[in-house]
Amino acid sequence: MNILKFLTAGSVDDGKSTLIGRLLYDSEAILADQLEALQRANRKNDDGTIDLAILTDGLKAEREQGITIDVAYKYFQTEKRKFIIADTPGHIQYTRNMVTGASNSDLAIILIDARKGVIEQTIRHSFLVSLLGLPRVLVAVNKMDMVDFSQEVFENIVEDYKKLAKKVGLENVAYIPVSALKGDNIVHKSVRMPWYLGESLLPYLESVEIPVDTQSDHGRFPVQWVVRPQTDELHDYRGYAGRVASGSFRVNDKVTVLPSGFQSTISKIELAEQEPDVAVAGMSVTVHLQDEIDISRGDMLVSAQNQPMVSQQIEADLCWMDTKPLDTTHTYFLQHNSKLTRCRIQEVLHKVNINTLEKESADEFKLNDIGRIVIKTADPVVFDLFQNNKANGGAILIDGRTNVTVGALMFRANAD
Amino acid sequence: MSNKDQLDYLDELEAEAIYILREVAGQFEKPALLFSGGKDSITLVYLALKAFRPGKFPFPLVHIDTGHNFDEAIIYRDQLIERIGEKLIVGYVQEDIDAGRVVEQRGKNASRNQLQTVTLLNTIAKHQFDACIGGARRDEEKARAKERIFSVRDEFGQWDPKRQRPELWNQYNGKIHKGENVRVFPISNWTELDVWNYIRRENIPLPSLYFSHERDVITRNGVYMAASPFLNMDDEDIVERKSVRFRTVGDMSCTAAVESYAYHIDDIIDEISASRISERGARMDDKVSEAAMEDRKKGGYF
Repeated sequence: MNILKFLTAGSVDDGKSTLIGRLLYDSEAILADQLEALQRANRKNDDGTIDLAILTDGLKAEREQGITIDVAYKYFQTEKRKFIIADTPGHIQYTRNMVTGASNSDLAIILIDARKGVIEQTIRHSFLVSLLGLPRVLVAVNKMDMVDFSQEVFENIVEDYKKLAKKVGLENVAYIPVSALKGDNIVHKSVRMPWYLGESLLPYLESVEIPVDTQSDHGRFPVQWVVRPQTDELHDYRGYAGRVASGSFRVNDKVTVLPSGFQSTISKIELAEQEPDVAVAGMSVTVHLQDEIDISRGDMLVSAQNQPMVSQQIEADLCWMDTKPLDTTHTYFLQHNSKLTRCRIQEVLHKVNINTLEKESADEFKLNDIGRIVIKTADPVVFDLFQNNKANGGAILIDGRTNVTVGALMFRANAD
Repeated sequence: MSNKDQLDYLDELEAEAIYILREVAGQFEKPALLFSGGKDSITLVYLALKAFRPGKFPFPLVHIDTGHNFDEAIIYRDQLIERIGEKLIVGYVQEDIDAGRVVEQRGKNASRNQLQTVTLLNTIAKHQFDACIGGARRDEEKARAKERIFSVRDEFGQWDPKRQRPELWNQYNGKIHKGENVRVFPISNWTELDVWNYIRRENIPLPSLYFSHERDVITRNGVYMAASPFLNMDDEDIVERKSVRFRTVGDMSCTAAVESYAYHIDDIIDEISASRISERGARMDDKVSEAAMEDRKKGGYF
């Protein structure tokens, strides 16, 4: 059994929280006392059924305003898979929250209201999902009960969305007509849409394949911590602790240490008391090398035959996440895997209007703005392009004055 | 490219938790692991063994002792510390009571659970801890579902849900100002069932409280409480002998037992899989109001 992390994009009006509530409710993931709390809160739909949306509205302010402000994580499990849902808000002022949720997801469910079809926010959500490089997208056309379960309505929306998907560069899109409120095509197949021959939502989520890059020559291993017991019996022990970001590493593989460029060979891989021959993407291990080299946190071990770029000037997409606008004269921190270095945004190339996808000139980069910039760093950064390797192509910006995370970066080209 | 089936879900959760523990080691000067004696913080200790052995832990274990502990939990704690050879720091709620920094609650449902926040904050300040690792999980409660893995607290220990930092990919931002600290939750993405399945897979020993045993209990607000000198009892309370176990281990005065005949870990996993009451449902402290946990977290609670 493995884990599927997915994001739900849509607004309150699309019935997003109801959809999640329905998945939890119909898959029996809601426990008795949570159900009791639900009933105690006493929020009802117009037809007298329990309002399932309240299950995902965690914080007081959100309950008062009736909207999802932050990212809430929900967990459920079936016999086939364990699921982690990132429930993120859909309004434009919460773009940064959706970007955050998308960064930790394998799949996005984009909700479309069957009565409204593809609208401005659909464009925005689809653009963000594409920007963050999610490998799978599911378009759930919701509220089919409000359009008499019409096949024609569904098919028109699918046609419209295909054009949009092409425009924003989304591949691997699936489409399911649903009614979250009534439960059609969520867990059980709808008897009211016999014309739809595909899977319901839950069976789709249980079986969709999520690609992981475990190719041997794509090995990237950021060193987090050096294990050095320095005891009498382990005097010479020196292990490099970290999590394989991409690809795989085997004992006897040749590796290069970056940015220094030293070469060595893996002599041993440890996972607690085991010594596996191979460590693949996602595994936290301790690696030993044949040669004694000066390696510390922030360095990266990579497959010798396919190396990432090393540069101090990188072109990147930036999503700005702070209320204080970007200051091109200020020195920020760049955090990229275990590497922390000072940096400056050297040039703003353009902004993207995320509702129309038009490029605009950018005098100011404000909260929720997205665009293309060139960054200059104090130390060399060891990176891959985000479109080729998400695990080594994304980074965050931190403002040292507030210590807040102010931006998300997706590296797009070496600008050196 | 291959399908995401290389790692089993427990392997993936374990790898993520180890990654987070190592980030704490790499990013902070004086971290600590908050150890309650419960199964979640015990799991953290075993994850730390995987993250740092054969080296020493880069942090001590910190226990906030309310004085109302189950004996079994303290015995377990001391044996564990001796076995792994790591440092333990204990903060005593009794000291804060004696010094008049906190006042004990009165009444039938009095508990020291609320008081431990003060002792926790004092202990953090005294040792100047900049990061405290805890075993909280997002599936426990609605406010926790929104808390970050690196959760920044201001110098009063307060959590501000409106000012949480965005947390992207696996980039955890641990930068803080002096006086602030970060609470770190490596098993945020685990569910109660995941923890139990992991404990079974790894053969992790637990305090005997988690398994069914005979005990004198009274019924309070629809749940069983262990009869003890720490519980304010009166004539209306009827002491009964029941076969019970505890699903969480906290204070004797606020941790309720469930009637159970689960003697082995397999029985417990079967019981939880079939159960219709979540584990925090057996905590009196969360029942107070709809927003109980959120309010306590804002005040600096774990």
